[in-house]
Amino acid sequence: MSQQFSYDIAHLIGATVLMAGFGLLYQRRVFAVLNTFAFQAVALAAAAAWQAHVQHAPHLYVTAAIALLFKAMAVPFALHWLIEKLGIHRTVETALSIGWTMIVGVALVALSIMLVLPVTAAASALTRESLALAMSVVLLGMLMMITRRNAVTQVVGFMALENGLILAAVSAKGMPLVVEISIAFSVLVAMTVFGIFFFRIRERFDSLDVAYLESYRGDRS
Amino acid sequence: MSLDALFANPLLLILAIPLASAGFLAVLPSWRLASWLNIVVSGTTFAASLTLFAHRPAPTRLLFIDDFNVYLVALTTFVGFTTAIFSAGYIARESAAARLSDLHLRFYHSMYQAFLFTMLLALSANNTGVMWVAVEAATLTTVLMVSLYRTREAIEAAWKYFILCSVGIGLALFGTTLVYLAAQPVMGDGADAMAWTLLIGQAAKFQPDLLNLAFVFLLVGYGTKVGLAPLHAWLPDAHAEGPTPISAVLSGLLLNVALYALLRFKMLIAANPDTLAPGPLMVLMGLSSLFLSGFMLMRRGDIKRLFAYSSIEHMGVMTFAFGMGGPLANFAGLLHMTMHSLTKSGIFFAVGAITQNLGTKRLNEITGLTVSHPALGWGLAVAVLAIAGMPPMGVFMSEFLVVSSTFARQPLLAVPLIVGLLIAFAALATRLTGMLFGEPQPAQRGHGGRTGLSSWLAYGPLWLHVTMVVVAGLYLPAPLVQWFETVAKMLG
Repeated sequence: MSQQFSYDIAHLIGATVLMAGFGLLYQRRVFAVLNTFAFQAVALAAAAAWQAHVQHAPHLYVTAAIALLFKAMAVPFALHWLIEKLGIHRTVETALSIGWTMIVGVALVALSIMLVLPVTAAASALTRESLALAMSVVLLGMLMMITRRNAVTQVVGFMALENGLILAAVSAKGMPLVVEISIAFSVLVAMTVFGIFFFRIRERFDSLDVAYLESYRGDRS
Repeated sequence: MSLDALFANPLLLILAIPLASAGFLAVLPSWRLASWLNIVVSGTTFAASLTLFAHRPAPTRLLFIDDFNVYLVALTTFVGFTTAIFSAGYIARESAAARLSDLHLRFYHSMYQAFLFTMLLALSANNTGVMWVAVEAATLTTVLMVSLYRTREAIEAAWKYFILCSVGIGLALFGTTLVYLAAQPVMGDGADAMAWTLLIGQAAKFQPDLLNLAFVFLLVGYGTKVGLAPLHAWLPDAHAEGPTPISAVLSGLLLNVALYALLRFKMLIAANPDTLAPGPLMVLMGLSSLFLSGFMLMRRGDIKRLFAYSSIEHMGVMTFAFGMGGPLANFAGLLHMTMHSLTKSGIFFAVGAITQNLGTKRLNEITGLTVSHPALGWGLAVAVLAIAGMPPMGVFMSEFLVVSSTFARQPLLAVPLIVGLLIAFAALATRLTGMLFGEPQPAQRGHGGRTGLSSWLAYGPLWLHVTMVVVAGLYLPAPLVQWFETVAKMLG
């Protein structure tokens, strides 16, 4: 198998993760957001597994398995269940229209390519492009957190951001195992915390719209 | 790992005590016993950290102690200890007022120790990845504690804290990955390219462009956790809505830990001659924090928010000092870090006692403290004057050093610095007179004053911190000065 071929596959999978990142931005229903996120996590798992194969780093298969089982299955199922159980409204509320969000998203991708490619001239080609893709995914995740109002979509935006981080970490050749396991672990813990939050927010507010929370700021002098 | 290994390396012991206690306190049914045990284990950790000065363990793959972090470890365990003492008195009253259930209290003590563990791990980690994990874990433990009261405001505060700091910490991870990529061609694959002790010697050979990009992410990422403007939005809410002992450790310790992480990376960048200077960015963020908080201090209505903004101000001053760099400014920054930790946690001890005694957090309902609660009122007076930067207290000395070193090198930058410090001073001074004098409040809502053990637990740590800050302002022991100088040189 030629080296060129393994690069191409890695870039193809990385680009799929990025496309899913764009997919998240134009969904209008919360369930569609969850499905798109699950698809992104599957692509991430494929990226991690491919890196494990190319780098001869078996521990990356663990990262791939965590992405597949936890992020692509457990988390979307859990959120799906929460939305049904709590009767959270199912349309995405946007702070910036979908058209503009896409345009900003494209600009962010251009920005990360222009930032990353020149500074990584010395790094191996595999790392270079993957890093540019990963940074784009991170920025798109942030964009989603900023432009979508519901707590659920913000959480998904945050997890999409984490997908980008893991894509960067698996692409960095030989980055130690400790980190990846811990990252996955942190996400797990983070998710439990989120879950608890959901319940409490539901108990107190009857809405997960974060803008609604703003009016209860405790400082009125 | 055998027990011998644990005792051979005091660092392992320092980390093992809070970790084991976190597990044990989670299953201990009696909160009264737990609050005392919390003091005992925090005290033991503090004692163990003092042995680091006598015998410094050799760096291992995961942990290390050098001149810089040894003093932060000691400071963290010390403030952790005094806060545990204050916390015992505070918790007893919260439980009496039925604001917290027994289960919540058990959880609280367990999380308190877990929080100390994560901070100590972040400080002593010899691996950029482990440090990141520790800072993330510190965020998680504190989020749970901020939401402890389950009120609408507490949940909003915790949610905001969690979302903002998670994004921040995510960006910091990206920065950490970039640093690894910059180091990897020189250091080879694997853990070596993430070890502080190995990285610093080779930093000159790393790719400068990649380090520049990494530093931007690290500054924004860890800067969110430091509470630098404009990334500070979580800080006042988190301080205001959680239990007061947590506000004390958040301000006094966690912000320092995040700043420490940032400074370690700054050392790497500074060791590479071809990188951009990180200084101007830090100076800019420091000044914007100083100004923003100065104006915000003017119109606060809530006593805990007031001092939370004051923490943003002081983190800004420190970041400014470290951004200026050079032996004198770094010295001032390190001194300011120590003084701010001691003073601000002391102030929060006073604030906790006030809110419980009077039953309110509103500044306009807090008056005449010197008449109604003299030990508390005067303790608060000295601590607030100290934090506002009045001579002869320690904070004045460090702020004076920051200003004078700036004057010597960049006189134009000294002007906004002085203006910012004066605004903050004026705001705090007016608030303080309102609290201290005037008609004392009738104590029907709160618990009134304290007597016996309860007053010792509440006011003892406050006066201990106040005394240390005053003494440090008048006389700083020679070994301490020498040692600040060594670290200031290390920071470059």
